[in-house]
Amino acid sequence: MDWQPIRLTLTLATITTIILLIIGTPIAWWLARSRAWWKEAVAAVVALPLVLPPTVLGFYLLLVLGPHGPGGWLAGLWGGRSLAFTFEGLVIGSVLYSMPFVVQPIRNAFEAIGERPLEVAATLRASPLDAFLTVALPLARPGFLTGAVLGFAHTVGEFGVVLMIGGNIPGKTQVLSVAIFGHVEALEWDQAHILAGGMLIFSFIVIMAMMTLEKRLGRSRT
Amino acid sequence: MSASSGICVRLRADLGAFRLDVAFDAPSQGVTALFGPSGCGKTTVLRCVAGLQHLPGGYLSVGGDVWQDGTRTKPPHTRAIGYVFQEASLFPHLCVRDNLLYGQRRAMKADAEPSAEGPPVPGAVGFDDVVALLGLAHLLERATPYLSGGERQRVAIGRALLSRPRLLLMDEPLAALDRASRDEILPYLEALHDSLAIPVLYVSHDLAEVERLADTLVLLRSGTVLASGPLEEIQSDPTLPLARLPEAGVILHTTVTGHDPGYGLTTLAFDGGELLVPGRVGAIATAHRARIVASDVSVTRHPAVESSILNCLPARIVGTDAPSGVQDGVMVHVVLGLGPEGAGARLLARITRRSWDILGLALGDRVYAQVKSIALFYRNCPSGLL
Repeated sequence: MDWQPIRLTLTLATITTIILLIIGTPIAWWLARSRAWWKEAVAAVVALPLVLPPTVLGFYLLLVLGPHGPGGWLAGLWGGRSLAFTFEGLVIGSVLYSMPFVVQPIRNAFEAIGERPLEVAATLRASPLDAFLTVALPLARPGFLTGAVLGFAHTVGEFGVVLMIGGNIPGKTQVLSVAIFGHVEALEWDQAHILAGGMLIFSFIVIMAMMTLEKRLGRSRT
Repeated sequence: MSASSGICVRLRADLGAFRLDVAFDAPSQGVTALFGPSGCGKTTVLRCVAGLQHLPGGYLSVGGDVWQDGTRTKPPHTRAIGYVFQEASLFPHLCVRDNLLYGQRRAMKADAEPSAEGPPVPGAVGFDDVVALLGLAHLLERATPYLSGGERQRVAIGRALLSRPRLLLMDEPLAALDRASRDEILPYLEALHDSLAIPVLYVSHDLAEVERLADTLVLLRSGTVLASGPLEEIQSDPTLPLARLPEAGVILHTTVTGHDPGYGLTTLAFDGGELLVPGRVGAIATAHRARIVASDVSVTRHPAVESSILNCLPARIVGTDAPSGVQDGVMVHVVLGLGPEGAGARLLARITRRSWDILGLALGDRVYAQVKSIALFYRNCPSGLL
């Protein structure tokens, strides 16, 4: 039983989800509230991974993260040569690749709140930050839940980008989907079955849990 | 634009096809109603006072503090206001108690800071007082989605009061409610009016509401102020649209001075005379608003001696729109100053132009006003709690 790719995958997905919640929330807030004309252009860039072939994204990431791109310069700060084919590079790639799955539900949730609760908060002496923390965030909770689950699950399942920028280094960049691919290539059907079946059950549980939770949250609200 | 102790509002803006040019002053006490048809700019004015909307080029001061001068403006959360929206807009993720406390906690913190504007509001209301006044005790632990429309709006009013406002802004707080909930809330608003130490700006397009609650009226029409002044003055001015409404009438501020248990009548005194009304209206010295419809008032030269009409009041004619009148000159309005010298409260009478001519009426004439019926706004709610 190869636990290594499983552990690596879960670590990657957890770190990616946390980073996405931190940087995705202000982006989603800005997309939901800004009246800038170029807002939709930013939204399109965020949503790009939805339609871009993963190999295309992976190719450009490889250039950016490689020794001659900004990633190489960044890696040089701690004595590395490149961010490509490293776990850190994988995190960066996953964050970009899974961003729309986190930002979009949160943005929708912020937009659904509307102007009124924030106006009420302002008339009750809450500063904009205070209103964001005590009104907008709690009211957008279902959006955060959906975004986190989708971002996590999507990172777990990614393949094309990982293959392009991470390769297949056991313990560093060999995630589940790549491991399954490797087993199939090597005709190790039993191993492939275990991992693939595990993924199937995992995915089912994730989707099921999300739907149940959303329903319960929705009921306590209305 | 001198700093006054009241509220000074000057707003001017082009909002697309709509032009707003509003200037009025409201006293530092009592309820000032912004009254006009939908789309006349009432809500925009209120939102600007709250700071929720910003129109550059405006000027706003409240109790001597400048809230806006051109583009310099105080952000809404630093203005000591309470705002009641048309829809209660309670926070759905908080229970009733936490909704009520949301503003109070922040206001207490803000008032404790040295930069707080002015001294703390005298008699800032306490949690228990508000809960008692608005009848919220049994609702405190409830989740807001399970409240009725009237209950929600009461919580919203309580929440606004507890944020220690120096000015209460109410944007048609009854308009989104059904009739039963409206009747349930009105007595609370009246009690509030009697006991509140801060001024209220009350936006409404409902004349009945305004007549029950307002002291001062600002009449708005398509973005401009048509007239502003004490409610009775605006009501009795025949040149203004209120007097031309079919249900035109005036409010008299009366006090109960006696009961006649034998006949079951109550005596109500007001500035310039007394009225007798059927039934027991309230305890001695309680205040009630009486509404007298212009078409229920007739004018005679001499006091009627043999008449079933209870109320025949000496008065002088102090104004009229005769001979032009309304309904193509069929009816004319007579403004009566009550009392033998006409120095008391005003009454509006609507009579035919024929009667005006036959009686040979003219400005300054001494006449008698016969009042056929009086509508009273009862006060059921305990007042003086705050």
